[in-house]
Amino acid sequence: MRISFVLRELWEGIRGNLSMVLSIVLVSFVSLSFVAVAALLQVQVGNLKNYWYDKAQIAIYLCNDFESELVCEAGAITQSQQIAVAAQLKSTALAPYIDTYYFESQEEAYQRLLEESSELSAAQYLNPEQLNATYWVSLADPESAELVVEAFESQPGVASVADQRSYFDPIIGLLNGASVAAGSIAAVMLFSAALLTATTIRLSAFARRKEIAIMRLVGASSASIQLPFILEGLLAALAGGGLAIGLNVFLVENYLTDSLALELAFANFVTTADVLQVAPFVLSLGAILAVLASGISTFRHLRT
Amino acid sequence: MIRLENVSKTYRGASGSAANDVRLEISRGEFVFLVGSSGSGKSTLLRMLLREEKPDEGEIFVLGENLARLRQSQVASYRRKLGVVFQDFRLLTNKTVYQNVAYALQVIGKSKAFIETTVPDVLRLVGLEEKSANYPTALSGGEQQRVAIARALVNRPELLLADEPTGNLDPGNSREIMGLLERINLSGTTIVMATHDRGIVDQMQKRVIEVSEGRIVRDAQTAGYREIPSDAIGQVSEE
Repeated sequence: MRISFVLRELWEGIRGNLSMVLSIVLVSFVSLSFVAVAALLQVQVGNLKNYWYDKAQIAIYLCNDFESELVCEAGAITQSQQIAVAAQLKSTALAPYIDTYYFESQEEAYQRLLEESSELSAAQYLNPEQLNATYWVSLADPESAELVVEAFESQPGVASVADQRSYFDPIIGLLNGASVAAGSIAAVMLFSAALLTATTIRLSAFARRKEIAIMRLVGASSASIQLPFILEGLLAALAGGGLAIGLNVFLVENYLTDSLALELAFANFVTTADVLQVAPFVLSLGAILAVLASGISTFRHLRT
Repeated sequence: MIRLENVSKTYRGASGSAANDVRLEISRGEFVFLVGSSGSGKSTLLRMLLREEKPDEGEIFVLGENLARLRQSQVASYRRKLGVVFQDFRLLTNKTVYQNVAYALQVIGKSKAFIETTVPDVLRLVGLEEKSANYPTALSGGEQQRVAIARALVNRPELLLADEPTGNLDPGNSREIMGLLERINLSGTTIVMATHDRGIVDQMQKRVIEVSEGRIVRDAQTAGYREIPSDAIGQVSEE
């Protein structure tokens, strides 16, 4: 089997079957676009988690005189209770989960509120005693937040424990939902792309049945008979995959990098580099499906 | 060259058997006619020699290979040792005479240099060197069959199988093809030819094997051929 011969057969196949090959290209294009979108949404979720979960802290709000009796039945935290909380933070049991922590007194909390708020804010009408003294805890591993939250929630003198991560849950949930939706559409589209590829390649083989019959008679190996057909499906799928990558690069460049990312700098949007990183995955998925579909559909046709 | 031992074959759903305990031996260099009415089983024998069918029972040895045991992956290389021609020529109409013959070598990966020396040789052998640039549709039936024979011979097979090669030809063209096959046989190629054409069989004076209902009912022998065991012959009708 010579490469020049295989390429010539491939070209004959594509030329004689052009509209069907185009249909494989287009269906692969659409389905692989959805695959890329689903993958990029996952990357985006990962980006957000990496970026924000590292910065997100756990706040252990201590009781003051103004908390309700339901959470702080003994009123403001006593000195011994605060020593117990501090000891817990230093304990060897929690050490693996806690990276750093610092204490913010009521006065410091008030100063920060003044700095962060405009003149008309609530800070003018508050005094430091109404705010909570707080331990700000940075975690070694953001995924272990729950454990740390649980450790302090029921401590006497602790008003509440807040995990800042939870502020991101709705947006991450939304992105995950979108990713699952895109993935589901991609799965259906990929299935139809595989069926279309199988049908198209079978038609292509049927159109060339005389050649195939002769090849079999003169002793061409099954592999060399099948190869042009598999390559036909593969090339069409890769062309579709290339278009899908191109579309995703276009969308990311125009709607994220050059517009949204400038306004929402904190969101840490996906970039063209991310698209190029998922590209091999998208292309190989398309390639594997096309090879399987065209291989299986011609197998029966070509068996000696 | 060819030996069939107790070969039987029944197609699923068919009433009779296509081959029934067939025993047969064909030596190197022989020219053998397979005759019999349609459905007698001669095509099945040819298809089994081509390894398009496997026998249900028995062994088939061709060119040193046991076809019943041949693995699927070995079939291609086995077929490179044979040439085959059919009643309907099976030429590619979008390729020239030269390209049709060259195609048989291209698909098995022969080099361009090899193709360029071998194809003109074989076209000269079948007398079509002048028409190598013509398309099959511009040729007569006899010429088309000669292209098919050239394609079958181009890889220098030791054995040529021919399934009704004159079935679509007028008497003149048939004679021409038989002359060509005889020359090919004289150069050492074994030929097994299935045919309906009693005239050709009578004229050629070769070994004739007649098949009926899957059995060999006559094996008219040329001098030097060994007596086949009588139990391999169903109803012997000596002429």
